[in-house]
Amino acid sequence: MAKPKIATTSLAGCFGCHMSILDIDERILELVDIVDFDKSPINDIKEFTGECLVGLVEGGCANEENVRVLQDFRKHCKILISLGDCAINGGLPAMRNTIPLKECLDEAYLNGPSVYNPSGRIPNDSEIPLLLNKVYPCHEVVKIDYHLPGCPPSADTIWQALTALLTDKPMELPYELIKYD
Amino acid sequence: MSENFETAIRSMCEGVGNDKARMMDIVREVQETFGCVSDDAMDLIADQVRTPRVEVESVVTFYAFLSKKQNGTVVFRLCDDIIDRMFGFERLKHAITEELGIDIGETTADGRFSLETTPCIGMCDQAPALMINDEIFTEVSRDTLLDYVEQLKAGITPERLRRRLGDGNNSNPLVSAAVSNNIRTRGEVIFAPLECGRALKKALSMSPNEVIRDIKTARLRGRGGAGFPTGMKWDFTRAARGERKFVICNADEGEPGTFKDRVILTERPELLIEGMAIAGYAIGAQEGIIYLRGEYAYLRPFLEDMLQKARNTGMLGKAIFGKQGFDFDIRIQMGAGAYVCGEETALISSCEGLRGDPKNRPPFPAQKGYHGYPTSVNNVETFCCVARILDQGAGWFSQIGSKGSTGTKLLSISGDCRRPGVYEVPFGIKLCEVLEMAGGNGAVAVQIGGPSGQMVGPKDYNRTICYDDLATGGAMMVFGPNRNLLEVVHYFMEFFVEESCGYCTPCRVGNALLKDRLERIMEGKGEPADLDYLEDLGVTVKSTSRCGLGQTSPNPILSTLKNFRPLYEQLVHEDQPFQATFDIQKALGEAKSIAGRPSMHFAE
Amino acid sequence: MSENTITFEIDGVEVQGAPGQTIMQAADAAGIYIPRLCAFEGLPPHGSCRICTVKVNGRFQSSCTQPVAEGIIVENDTEEILEFRRNLVDMLFVEGNHFCMFCEKSGNCELQALAYRLGITAPKYPFMFPANRTVDASHKDIFIDHNRCILCARCIRASRDLDGKNVFQFVGRGPEKHIAVNARARLVDTEVDVTDKAVEVCPVGAILRKHVGYAIPVGKRKYDHAPIGSDIEAQKH
Repeated sequence: MAKPKIATTSLAGCFGCHMSILDIDERILELVDIVDFDKSPINDIKEFTGECLVGLVEGGCANEENVRVLQDFRKHCKILISLGDCAINGGLPAMRNTIPLKECLDEAYLNGPSVYNPSGRIPNDSEIPLLLNKVYPCHEVVKIDYHLPGCPPSADTIWQALTALLTDKPMELPYELIKYD
Repeated sequence: MSENFETAIRSMCEGVGNDKARMMDIVREVQETFGCVSDDAMDLIADQVRTPRVEVESVVTFYAFLSKKQNGTVVFRLCDDIIDRMFGFERLKHAITEELGIDIGETTADGRFSLETTPCIGMCDQAPALMINDEIFTEVSRDTLLDYVEQLKAGITPERLRRRLGDGNNSNPLVSAAVSNNIRTRGEVIFAPLECGRALKKALSMSPNEVIRDIKTARLRGRGGAGFPTGMKWDFTRAARGERKFVICNADEGEPGTFKDRVILTERPELLIEGMAIAGYAIGAQEGIIYLRGEYAYLRPFLEDMLQKARNTGMLGKAIFGKQGFDFDIRIQMGAGAYVCGEETALISSCEGLRGDPKNRPPFPAQKGYHGYPTSVNNVETFCCVARILDQGAGWFSQIGSKGSTGTKLLSISGDCRRPGVYEVPFGIKLCEVLEMAGGNGAVAVQIGGPSGQMVGPKDYNRTICYDDLATGGAMMVFGPNRNLLEVVHYFMEFFVEESCGYCTPCRVGNALLKDRLERIMEGKGEPADLDYLEDLGVTVKSTSRCGLGQTSPNPILSTLKNFRPLYEQLVHEDQPFQATFDIQKALGEAKSIAGRPSMHFAE
Repeated sequence: MSENTITFEIDGVEVQGAPGQTIMQAADAAGIYIPRLCAFEGLPPHGSCRICTVKVNGRFQSSCTQPVAEGIIVENDTEEILEFRRNLVDMLFVEGNHFCMFCEKSGNCELQALAYRLGITAPKYPFMFPANRTVDASHKDIFIDHNRCILCARCIRASRDLDGKNVFQFVGRGPEKHIAVNARARLVDTEVDVTDKAVEVCPVGAILRKHVGYAIPVGKRKYDHAPIGSDIEAQKH
């Protein structure tokens, strides 16, 4: 029987949650014994090669590209997990949610105290994904099956969750593994 | 800040003895005189009555009729409740926003007119209605409204606007309101003829305990909605220790669709005053307060006059009817636009010059109420029943109505019926009989007891109006076959979100979440799981809220989920992997307009 | 046992209380933790967060305000009530802008700790992301971040009853309700002082002292290892 597959991605995140995945250290050998990695920055596979059992999504949705990728994950993954605070509540990027988008762009590219931008233009190449009006938690865009909070979630949290899912056990996180920072 | 301004504010404070407990009177007067309670005014009031400034701000920002920002000389308040929406609110709103060139919540540039909406002003049987300053106008057409605006623009003051005065005491010069009583049936308790003073004299010939015993024998229960036995409440208040005791009349008739107290206040104030005096005698109180909702300010001069007449005839004042040792008088406390103040402990807070936050219970008002003294708070109609019980006898009263619910009940009936108005009916009457009387045959739903009550359909029309079956404080809104019932429910939730005092978490946050999820379903973006979500959330709000507001606010949703479930079920769709509520085009709207290019992934 | 002892039951355990005590006080003394946010020892009960809701003889009551009475049956740690508490905590999270990852209070925050204890991985309600929450950093030693305020009124009560100052009070109604200071706008214009109890009692990161943030390393903070309420439960004999 083929091994189940895992996919991971970082949307509007900092890759910190992926660092935490790597922090499971030598246990990653145990992991690759029981799963294969599909689309993920860890193996640099850019597009899904097939159906996955578990998708781990870091970061919330800040732009249209994030939405596209997240919907793609929902289509391909049986179980979708919001990994970390940004996926769950938007995190740091969501601090802009209380400020109109135009003001955010002006501050970032024109008016901010550390801005050097002699062109006076806000980047607008057609390759740049359009921003959403606010940063959306993943579960407001697609259905999410589990949430693993933390900034980042600890390696133990990730390990505990993955092994439970892969061995068909209920996901029960002890006190020390639910943290929001 | 001008010297005149300062002198005026300070003298308003002095007018109530610089008593911070009379804050409501002070800020109401400041608002009326200057069109706002400005930062400067708050500083002066705080200084004059020696209270922290933030305490003044706390009160001013709580009540809808008070404002920090400058209002126009004339303030239009369109009554925005579900019945008014059914009978032309939008038409009026459209006409007046266009005529004045301002939106709701704005003031004209010349500072003359402000435009606001306000929840039910107690005129549902003559909707659409509005207030212009303290004046009330009902059954207003687009043309009459525009005529009012024209007259006002010509310099006529709101109280001098040409209008047709209503029946009965509405035409009394002290009332002179364009309001109709619409009394459709007169029962034996409230609207029967009355010989003033006889009930009180009878009470004074008995001992206070005998009076309470009579109220208990009559099995009188509170008419405001909760139905607590009045005699028991009085017993507790009488038994409680306190140097002073208080009787408060709850005339904050704020439950949308309820207007029967307005008619009592207009046509039977003597009965009310007599009932309050009897209560004062029974519990050993010397002081009474009528808490009159801000919307009924137009009745105040008339009621003050009635109180004065009662003093003149010895029904109020010292040694009432010659009874040495029994002194009792009543003052009117005005509210300022806050539904929650109908909750008895919030009402007491408001009387004390505070925000209308409900208080923690225990202690109950009977033990520690107004300023910490034992207090009995009763509904307008309850006091009237009291007077009639003393006059006609407890046995006579308990023969009327049903076993657990004695006497008559005033119903305020509005909506899709041919004869809206006030009906005095014996308890135990069937809902279908009431509908028949009111000409509401063909109703697909009836909201019993206002938004905080329940919505029932035809299968429940054989049920009876009483405390043990369909309990109601008096409101009955009738909805015909062309009404969208979920829109009604949605209006009710909007109302509760607006009127929650915000003190406790479930009511402040939970009602907003309920409304939000209901909207999602109404937009066709709901899923079957959303119905469970509404139930779970509704039960949480009901079970954990601190006062009656939050304990009943989920009722519109919970009762329609129970009685009209197909309305919801036909709107929800099977679960989708993507959230139906996430609208990618809407989410990209701002960026598309800023960047001036379309989305690369999501074609419109 | 004195004749003034009141005996009642919490989740089937017999508990003794004294006249005038609240259910919460008696439970604390017996080593039974009833979760709470607005209640704070030494301050009069406020009864606003509703987290401490228990079922008393079949009726829901806030245990911080409900007095003990002989023979009452109290339910505290039941699935029904735990669900209410999770819902209430969720409501507080989505109502404000709570970003634990950069909040100085994280690890010592009672709202966060309660969510941990209740096993919440994400709120079930949609985030409101309110845009009307401001930050007042006018004072040199203290700041207020309204994004994190949960309207528990601890600061109001502490300032009034312990500091004798009335620096804080609620203004507005319903969703507009928020904490205001006793000045036209700014905290610096009030009598508040960094040593005030009002500054200390905030359960979340809404009122904080400046210059001392992040002083305690992760792993050594109050709730890093011991769930909130452990201190009370340790009293159990």
